[in-house]
Amino acid sequence: MNLRFSPGLAVAPLAALAATSVCAVAVGENPFAVLRALAIGGLGSAEALAFTLYYTTDFIFTGLAVAVAYRAGLFNIGVEGQSLVAGAGLAMAALTGEALPAPLPLAAAVCAAMIFGAGWAIVPGWLQARRGSHIVITTIMFNFIASALLSWLLVDPLRAPGSMQPETRPFPASSRLWRLDDILSALGWPTTGSPLNISLLLALLAVIAANIYIFRTRAGFEARVMGANADAAAYAGIAVPPTIMLAMGLSGALASGVAINELLGAQNRLILDFPAGAGFVGIAVALLAGTRPLAIPLAALLFGFLTQGGAELGLEYPRISPYIVEAAQGVTVLVIGALLGLRR
Amino acid sequence: MDFDAGLSWASATLRLATPLIFACLAGLWSERSGVVDVGLEGKMLAGAFAGAAAASLTGDVRYGFAAAVAASLAFAMAQAYAEIECGGDQIVCGMAINMIGAGLTAFLGAAIFGEGGRTPALRAAERIEPIVAGQDALTLLAFVAVAATSIAFSRTRFGLRVLAAGENPLALDAAGGSVRATRYRAIAICGILCGLAGADLSLAQAAGFLPNMTAGKGFIALAALIFAKWRPGGCLGACLLFGALDAIAIRAPDAALPGVGVIPVQAFQALPYVLTVALLAGFVGRARPPAAAGVPYRRE
Repeated sequence: MNLRFSPGLAVAPLAALAATSVCAVAVGENPFAVLRALAIGGLGSAEALAFTLYYTTDFIFTGLAVAVAYRAGLFNIGVEGQSLVAGAGLAMAALTGEALPAPLPLAAAVCAAMIFGAGWAIVPGWLQARRGSHIVITTIMFNFIASALLSWLLVDPLRAPGSMQPETRPFPASSRLWRLDDILSALGWPTTGSPLNISLLLALLAVIAANIYIFRTRAGFEARVMGANADAAAYAGIAVPPTIMLAMGLSGALASGVAINELLGAQNRLILDFPAGAGFVGIAVALLAGTRPLAIPLAALLFGFLTQGGAELGLEYPRISPYIVEAAQGVTVLVIGALLGLRR
Repeated sequence: MDFDAGLSWASATLRLATPLIFACLAGLWSERSGVVDVGLEGKMLAGAFAGAAAASLTGDVRYGFAAAVAASLAFAMAQAYAEIECGGDQIVCGMAINMIGAGLTAFLGAAIFGEGGRTPALRAAERIEPIVAGQDALTLLAFVAVAATSIAFSRTRFGLRVLAAGENPLALDAAGGSVRATRYRAIAICGILCGLAGADLSLAQAAGFLPNMTAGKGFIALAALIFAKWRPGGCLGACLLFGALDAIAIRAPDAALPGVGVIPVQAFQALPYVLTVALLAGFVGRARPPAAAGVPYRRE
């Protein structure tokens, strides 16, 4: 589990681009033209850049969530499910507090998201700390339980009355986050048409907070000792179970950032499967950044760029679907996984 | 429930359990050899897509079947290379295989057939047809695979070596066996079995491939493997149980139980995962994984 920043990790982004090129060649397209279209689609205009940053926001949160747990020796595969449950808590708070004055519904929604996300992560943490069940398996199972829970909530208790769609009624206007486009249109400048919102700044604040927790606090130090050697940590007098549950709780609270960005920033209602795999991309982001919080925005930007650029490719190349991004991400993760062994 | 309904429920259970049995045995081979496999889902998708695509393009189910096994085996070997040769992190590599499996199959499907990742609906000659009582040959093969695995682990030299590689690889090495070769072979078997699971999904149960058509079955199989406490006979039982739950969820949505009220269908879908968490936490029995599972082996 020991992971340090290494120049070898620079190979991983190249693997992503190589995989994209191979996929392009496989369907008979010119790989250089495809990579150029990818770059333009992801970074080539204000609109593209805004969408890239919007996806990057999700990946910063999930990357941090994985990294904070990983430092404590806990591989949290359940970020996807923690985001989902955070979204359920967020929606219930936003809809219950509808009638309250302006900042309260928003504050309630954000707090509920963090509490629900943290709670969904603390349970597997408790099961590992007190019952000895392996965190990887438990968090995988919790992803599926969360997904079943959410689909039940959205077809039954939380579904908008009279709606056939599995979604809640819209959140009150007072719980919407500020979008970049709101500011641009207030200034009379052209808008981007993207849902990029203030969550990006929250994500960057979370980067700093996670860095302080990991490297500058006693709890973070104890978590790192536990990650390096749990037996040594226990022998040195570190209380292992509370340290596990704190690290998992923080990880789950960070995962709730996806719900905040997607639901309060973009969708304005609770929908099915809104993280759309961001929890798994977080694994790639965290590992690519060497689980260093300060490197995570850059790693997240790479995957945000690939997600946005890949979505645009289909417009120019009908045979290239956005699925190419998932394949490229997978190859990147496989290369990182192999590198983890070679560098020991 | 009358007799006919009971019979059709049992038949549905067998059908739904078949891919789970293959995938669960696949995980069993890999994990008993000391390599944790969270990438069953990705290999099943590779098999399901290659099977449906080859069957559709050639018009012959036999080519589809062979392609399903070959594609899943190729994925397994890529995974084994990263895990055994490079000593890579087995969880990370398994998740990577899932991402590649989900992404690449849908990407190729969309590029070749232009239907958003789906393959065209397969005709009769391109599918695996039922032979007896609504069950096809793959269901029978699943039972044979359980028996063969059980015999291999208890009666054959290779099977015992696999168990040794998973419990105490150093001892296997000291006794003159090759941990590396044993694990490669076990993962090859894992890949073939995942290919059979994928072929069952796209060639027998459905008439073609859909993006992400496994829908978590690879993880249900992983849950079944834990539920089975890493034993072949247990795999069969756990997969039949989870198959039966799936059959209830599909055939009797929102069933009303006397005294309990209506149980939402999602409760049945979540039950395998909840049961597995309870088992792992020791609330219902104990499940102990192979001792060396997850640890890359290095010779001193």
